[in-house]
Amino acid sequence: MTLFEEVPVTTAEEIPVRRVEMRVNGETRAANIEPRLLLAHLIRNGMQLTGTHTGCDTTNCGACTVLFDGQPVKSCTMFAVQADGHEITTVEGLATASELHPIQEGFKDEHGLQCGFCTPGMMLSAKALLDENPNPTEDEVRWALSGNLCRCTGYQNIVKAVLWAAEKMRGDEPASEDAADGGGEA
Amino acid sequence: MALDEIKIGGLGASRRRVEDNRFIRGKGNYVDDIVLPGMLHMEILRSPLAHARITSIDVSGAWAIPGVRLVLTGEMMAARNLAWMPTLSYDTQAVLATDKVRFQGQEVACVVADDPYTAKDGCEAIVVEYEPLPPIVNPYQAMAADAPLIRDDKVNQTDNKIFDWEVGDKEGTDRAFAQADVVSEIDMHYPRSHPSPIETCGSVADFDRSTSKLTVYMTSQAPHIIRAAVALVAEIPEHMIRIIAPDLGGGFGNKVPVYPGYVMSILASILTERPVKWIEDKSGNLISTGFGRDVYLKGQIAMRNDGKILGVRMHTDSDHGAFFSDAQPSKFKIGLMHSAFACYDIPAAHLTATGVYTNKAPGGVAYRCSFRVTEAMYFQERMICAAADDLGMDQAEFRRVNLVRDDDFPKRTPFGFLTDSGQYEKCLDIGLEAIGYADFKQEQQAARKRGRLLGIGISTMTEPLGAGNSREYDILGIKMFDSAELRVHMTGKAILRTGAKTQGQGHETTWAQIVAHELGIPADDILVEEGDTDTAPFGMGTYASRSTPVAGAAVAMVSRKIRAKARKIAAHLLEVSEEDIEWELGRFYVRGAQDRGVSIQECAMAAYSNVPDGMEPGLENNAYYDPPNLTWPFACYIAKVEVDPETGVWDVLRVVAVDDCGVRINPMIVEGQIMGGLTEAYAMANMQFLTFDEDGNCIGSNYMDYLLPTAWETPGFELHEVVTPCPHHPIGAKGIGECATVGGPAAFVNAVMDALKHTGVRNIDMPLLPDRVHDALTTGNDISGMPPVKTEA
Amino acid sequence: MFPSRFRYEAPSSLGEAVALLASHDDSKVLAGGQSLIPMMKLRFASPALLVDINNIPGLDQHGAQPDGSYRIGALVRHADLEKSTTLGEHQPTIAAAAPLIADPIVRTRGTFVGSVCHADPQGDWASCLVALDGSIVAHGPTGRRTIPVDDFVTGPFQTVLAPDEIAVEAVIGAASGSRKGGYLKLERRVGDFATVGVAVALEMSGSTVTKAGIGLTGVGSATINAREAADAIVGSSLGDDEIAVAAEAAAAASSPRSDHRGSADYKRHVVATFVGRLLAQHQPAEAEVA
Repeated sequence: MTLFEEVPVTTAEEIPVRRVEMRVNGETRAANIEPRLLLAHLIRNGMQLTGTHTGCDTTNCGACTVLFDGQPVKSCTMFAVQADGHEITTVEGLATASELHPIQEGFKDEHGLQCGFCTPGMMLSAKALLDENPNPTEDEVRWALSGNLCRCTGYQNIVKAVLWAAEKMRGDEPASEDAADGGGEA
Repeated sequence: MALDEIKIGGLGASRRRVEDNRFIRGKGNYVDDIVLPGMLHMEILRSPLAHARITSIDVSGAWAIPGVRLVLTGEMMAARNLAWMPTLSYDTQAVLATDKVRFQGQEVACVVADDPYTAKDGCEAIVVEYEPLPPIVNPYQAMAADAPLIRDDKVNQTDNKIFDWEVGDKEGTDRAFAQADVVSEIDMHYPRSHPSPIETCGSVADFDRSTSKLTVYMTSQAPHIIRAAVALVAEIPEHMIRIIAPDLGGGFGNKVPVYPGYVMSILASILTERPVKWIEDKSGNLISTGFGRDVYLKGQIAMRNDGKILGVRMHTDSDHGAFFSDAQPSKFKIGLMHSAFACYDIPAAHLTATGVYTNKAPGGVAYRCSFRVTEAMYFQERMICAAADDLGMDQAEFRRVNLVRDDDFPKRTPFGFLTDSGQYEKCLDIGLEAIGYADFKQEQQAARKRGRLLGIGISTMTEPLGAGNSREYDILGIKMFDSAELRVHMTGKAILRTGAKTQGQGHETTWAQIVAHELGIPADDILVEEGDTDTAPFGMGTYASRSTPVAGAAVAMVSRKIRAKARKIAAHLLEVSEEDIEWELGRFYVRGAQDRGVSIQECAMAAYSNVPDGMEPGLENNAYYDPPNLTWPFACYIAKVEVDPETGVWDVLRVVAVDDCGVRINPMIVEGQIMGGLTEAYAMANMQFLTFDEDGNCIGSNYMDYLLPTAWETPGFELHEVVTPCPHHPIGAKGIGECATVGGPAAFVNAVMDALKHTGVRNIDMPLLPDRVHDALTTGNDISGMPPVKTEA
Repeated sequence: MFPSRFRYEAPSSLGEAVALLASHDDSKVLAGGQSLIPMMKLRFASPALLVDINNIPGLDQHGAQPDGSYRIGALVRHADLEKSTTLGEHQPTIAAAAPLIADPIVRTRGTFVGSVCHADPQGDWASCLVALDGSIVAHGPTGRRTIPVDDFVTGPFQTVLAPDEIAVEAVIGAASGSRKGGYLKLERRVGDFATVGVAVALEMSGSTVTKAGIGLTGVGSATINAREAADAIVGSSLGDDEIAVAAEAAAAASSPRSDHRGSADYKRHVVATFVGRLLAQHQPAEAEVA
């Protein structure tokens, strides 16, 4: 509960605000929103889950990709009201408190990111793929990621990262070039 | 008992990246993630027309919308002397248009509101009336005698020309051409391209009237340059300006210049006394911010029948858009175009260059390129390809005849640069071997008999990376050096700050590796910070592949200063004279008694607890590094393609890259840079370009029309390495970030030309769109010039 | 990136939905939203009321019906078709096109019927439906009507749907013989609009074509039904000559514009090439002809 919420002093027209409730990364969240609010903006600004990025206006780049009832969607191309009653997973929901998701580990181990801006969307598309197909070929990975644009990596290491994660998720220990870790828990 | 350098994350370790720990968790901190209390949001209204006089602007509709806090127009900016701002190339650029608009997408007004939706509503409610003027969309229209004057705001400007410039030896070149057996000529266009990082530009300006301090979070590759520019434009004292470049979602040169949006957000914050956030939309980014290329070339190579090149002539006509705002060293009007042919032994060369204004977006930036080196090397390798064909000589053999030999260094390039190291022929040989060049001709012939068109394209080049030295390289008079500051804490952990600014290159990881190499402090014990002008030492920022050559060198140099002081402390702790101290990675020891030593960490503790008499306590220092020369990496890129003769669609079958960037600090990161660069090269060769219709409408104003390749189209890359250390860099490294973007495009284009060689086609300008390839294939004609946009009714 | 203000309703029945649409003269149906929402973000579209039909049950099925027809409900996503294991045997043209629609993420939301209703001349699905001689079923205040796709699309981004009608499904009639067909799309990268798209749908009895349809994407101001081209192969066994005639007729039926995706002449040439390639896939093996 907030004790104080500032509201506009004057309104030219009645703003049709709606209450929505959804599961986000396993937690129930509710908000009062204008219907025109894009899902990406609710996630980023309303819920402060800023790992979901917006990169273009035209539904091309996929930086805003989240899982909507387990399926990848571009959250800039859904209205937040449409998520009412649904389940959303963002990049913040990939890791548990103690453990990274193998896809996250794979992206770090295989140098599957540089600037990091496309990475959350890329990882969620990868998760949707691996949830459906635990043993994809390189071509299947490339195909599944073709709705996410990356300007830095040239994709080759992203593909390697996803294959690395697939291997790990199947219970194998993926090969990783021996080298210093770069710190952190990862 | 020296440490294992790879284990501590030193030089040569493929150390996993430190920054990834936050990025993979979605915990990066980009400008759009910054939220300040009371923050307002700004949106920009842009011109729909390329060239028009503004007859009226009515903003009353915007003011009437609840939640709108401020509306700015050019008139209001002019009242504060802010309607125009200086560019990085000694020109001026409109912040908000006052008199007329000069390109489609130019900033006309902005609205600041409680949220961005309302700000956008405000922009929509503004009514602007325009009186259209004839637009100019290429240099040849601009130079026509009756061309309308674009820059009528400039007092002495009577035509659309910005500069005529020349470099090289005209007489010597004329003599070379007079002696030639064969002269090969080719004209071409390197189309306009946009760096297009996925994150657009943006800023959060926060002016605090109570302290007079301005803090701006900004998507900037060069925050210190921005601080200087803001001090000059906004007349705020420099110490009261703090520019913070947080995580950047890619830059590629796009985030070097000062953009009107930054200036407006600052003014808006001053006027509203609230923080103001501006996040550019993708269309705004593509149609108004710094582009790369847009240069036309007339090229000539004079040669002997045996393949020896005697001389080169180049003339470029470059399209700079409505304002000359190129971000480049001020001495060189067409950047480092004259670095062309640096890897070849050519006695004489002459370059003339003309730059013009057009009704297109301003800002020729180094798009993953060291100041137009991308054009230089593309023109070079396309000219070389055509010349070899004109001579009837094999592509590899022709290069071999003319490449500078290993024992020729240091070597003056045809235009006067000094190259210092390389093993060019070795790189070429590795590439040819890897692609199977020896057997390819047969494979090509056999395929052709079955109606399949295969081609191989080679591109070899060395490029100048790492400006300065500061004698020759400056931006707006500010010398191009860089800096690093290292503080070693008493427990042997350290913080390093530099004047560079990473945008994905991994400085947080690699700078620590340089310190680890120099001091033996494990890389994990070193925190790297960049991008905050209040804390980072002055630097010129990260672009033009200059970070490792300049800032990286500064990191090595400051580490050595720290080591020199630690050596004195070690002598004190070991109770011997400094001359008797030896160094091995991570520790000092007494000469002749290797087991008597102290670690660098023990020296650090002593620096705070037990310094010798007369020594300043503490263990910190800084270094400003002014490189003696540029670094000269070499690359050989070879692409193998297949062209579908029925549709003109071409597929990349293989790409082999051989890079010599000297000593590799982190091989994993170097390879990442090369693959990213190759992808942009492939993109430009295949699909990625900005073009304009005759009305000046930008075709490519969003990602539906401005095409970037996905994982599906992007080919796989086979990487090889050669290491020739840079003789003057403290750790022997050379720049690498852009090599593949610079050298790559010609490999793809040359490969398609090879596949089409039997038709007599000598040139198709990029991008090699299927229709252009198909037209060339069926008509046997070259396809030159700006990609056709024949707007039909 | 920031749409204009609108009212939003998400009814749970078609009756309510139609009533809502009738209540406002500037309303739009929201299904997948993958064309509408991008246009609203750019403010090319600013409807006053959005009627979201995603909560209406019964619209998310596709499949062969007992009468041999094939029905695709208004909430069937591109990905549902792409991932279907049974679609290919019934509807090879649609199965071939499904993976080529937009990109994998857009395909999880966007719908077949919505795409046809959007009537973008560069839309791939309309060409498929044209080739298959299919129809759209519209639900309005007075009940349902079935509209042949040729009559449905009246121009770029225009259909005969009344403001208070909702397209609830697409229907493809029963085939008289075995269905063959395919879809080819020239796109420079995944997610690009078609420079040229060609849908071919055949019904074959043995090696003889008994019915044919050819739809063309991106080469006119609306989806093009290349009837003469299709007629040229009906009754034939797809001999080289008939294929060549059909290819030329399809090229002649197209009316492309020159733009940054290619010149008009080139696009016509690709139409002919693709028609030829698609038909050649279904040429009987030489032994069969003999």
